[in-house]
Amino acid sequence: MQDQETMASLAQAKDEWERTTLRDTLAKWPERYEQFITTSGAPVERLYTPLDIADLDYERDLGFPGQYPFTRGVHPTMYRGRLWTMRMFAGFGSAEETNARYKYLLAHGETGLSVAFDFPTLYGYDTDHPLAEGEFGKCGVAVSSLADMEILFDGIPVDEITTSMTINGPAAVIWAMYIAAAEKRGIPMAKLGGTIQNDILKEYIAQKSWLLPPEPSMRLIVDTFEFGSKYLPKWNTISISGYHIREAGATAAQELAFTLADGIAYVQAAIDRGLDVDTFAPRLSFFFNAHNDFFEEIAKFRAARRIWARVMRERFKAKDPRSWWLRFHTQTAGCSLTAQQPENNIVRTTIQALAAVLGGTQSLHTNSMDEALALPSEVAVRIALRTQQIIAHESGVANSVDPLAGSYLVESWTNRLEREAYEYFDKIEALGGVIPAIEQGFFQREIAASAYRYQREIEEHRRIVVGVNEYQMDEPLSIPLLKLDPEGERRQRERLARVRRERDNRLLQQRLEALRRAAKGTENLMPYILDAVRAYGTLGEICDVLREVFGEYREPVII
Amino acid sequence: MLFGQSHWHGEAIGYRLKHDNHQPFAIGGFIVGERKIRVLIAKPGLDGHDRGAKVVARALRDAGMEVIYTGLRQTPEMIAQAALQEDVDVVGLSILSGAHMTLVPRVMQLLKQYGLEDVVVFVGGIIPDEDVPALRQLGVKGIYGPGAALWDIIQAIRQEVESRG
Repeated sequence: MQDQETMASLAQAKDEWERTTLRDTLAKWPERYEQFITTSGAPVERLYTPLDIADLDYERDLGFPGQYPFTRGVHPTMYRGRLWTMRMFAGFGSAEETNARYKYLLAHGETGLSVAFDFPTLYGYDTDHPLAEGEFGKCGVAVSSLADMEILFDGIPVDEITTSMTINGPAAVIWAMYIAAAEKRGIPMAKLGGTIQNDILKEYIAQKSWLLPPEPSMRLIVDTFEFGSKYLPKWNTISISGYHIREAGATAAQELAFTLADGIAYVQAAIDRGLDVDTFAPRLSFFFNAHNDFFEEIAKFRAARRIWARVMRERFKAKDPRSWWLRFHTQTAGCSLTAQQPENNIVRTTIQALAAVLGGTQSLHTNSMDEALALPSEVAVRIALRTQQIIAHESGVANSVDPLAGSYLVESWTNRLEREAYEYFDKIEALGGVIPAIEQGFFQREIAASAYRYQREIEEHRRIVVGVNEYQMDEPLSIPLLKLDPEGERRQRERLARVRRERDNRLLQQRLEALRRAAKGTENLMPYILDAVRAYGTLGEICDVLREVFGEYREPVII
Repeated sequence: MLFGQSHWHGEAIGYRLKHDNHQPFAIGGFIVGERKIRVLIAKPGLDGHDRGAKVVARALRDAGMEVIYTGLRQTPEMIAQAALQEDVDVVGLSILSGAHMTLVPRVMQLLKQYGLEDVVVFVGGIIPDEDVPALRQLGVKGIYGPGAALWDIIQAIRQEVESRG
């Protein structure tokens, strides 16, 4: 906090500057726009000075890295001690093809795995379900049973490397498959490290791959918190995700606010179950988007850490400092990539990745240049990984902790984003909480309005997208795109048929029945799901039991 | 050119807006015969990426069309049924999952079966260049990938519907 006299004198000096130097310049050279805005549409001032952060109290609002409120980072030395995990989101076609891609990425220096599943898997359907037609392996790998999971991680040291799995509706089932596949190789679950996304609230809000209605979904998630805290101490049982909220069109403030509101709802649900906050909170992790607006994104990450620390300590009374940490994975913004002049995406991704690193991310996925056109080719994904390695080893930005702290602009925007998040928290509370707000279409409407405004800004030329509405070229596509193995689907279907034929079907029926009974009661479902998976029950079969007991979710249609 | 001048119904219906001017595209004007152009925006398959579908739906509505949005996870049968019941002039299919070569032919076939050959079909999403000729062959009139301008879609729909009388 600055003393009032200094501030008054500075305000006077600024006023003087505006009336003299600035005015003369503006008279001769008007600025490029009447109003400058961020990627999120927030106004940008010409200049930031100590006046903009007059209320900032260093010790209260920033503190030191590794100390409350963690604005400057969750670890005292950050990347000086250990670089972020380079974790490329990958998955397509069959388990065999994706396994080969994982090995390729690890051979090129990737340090963590991240699984993309196809749509049928995300919805809890087997590859041969009628609704799965045409969807096999298109946006990720198909995993219908333990047999697929075994192939997916064949030859990969899952006790040494951490795996993140982007799975939500059927997260408990896919997690059980990962645990069972490791178990068959003699690796106990306590040794497994990784993350299941498991964030159903963001599915209703943005990504839209759900199975069950909100209440039973929340029950399953709390089941995973409880199971994980007992048996998988190294596993992050949720990755509370803003990424998809942002991709659906949200602003930075909406991404921040909605994600943290979801986080608060999960913590509350687990506390309502009777869990002690410090048993599960240290394993909550987050996932954010890194969009184009460099400083706004950095401010968003810093605000996220500060808000979460305050919420966990003050509202939920967590005592373990690890419960106050907001650890997060970042993915560069897929929605910012252009199909036009795809090579330009390498540059966009670099800027976004740099923002994630300067924002203090624990793990990073950099998008490949071809992702507005197809799934990434080997060359494209290698360049994307190299982008992280160059930032890590050549740019020098990882050598000091939170180097942008104290920037008048960055601190002022960190404060702004925190304020905007709290404004949203109040609105959500007024609607009765996150689930009622979803059911009323609140988030969906807010996001759709932002998406539309953004597109209009491009159409109206208020926002320039290089190669799209300026600097266009008319030339054929010059980069190679990935082709899926046409045999993959056939192999997968055959494997599924073989699994159904060769397993002990009587045993499986007993286990599915046990799951059904437990689902109707109040027990933790994880052990039952795990047993069904071990008996080679398929994803579709297990999810059908859940759908039968809990019903399916239908969303309100909102444009 | 993103915004040009059009003289349809004698109105200027597209213009570059000044800063801070949040007027909709061009209200009124998109009328066939006695009524507004009716458009069904549909999301077939399992793909949940509905940002594009919603943005396009809003733009068409702001351009004065009647827009019906199906919501997610529609089967081709549900879409063709909705097109019939809602008596639409246009069906816009939004697919980003890569399943377009399975889903679009089904929709086209069902529209024909329901006697809706005159309905103009547009497809938006991630459609590789190599699939474009096959989709055109099926009768798809417009294919819009990432970066497509809303204005182009609005104009194409208008022209196509007008030419069909």
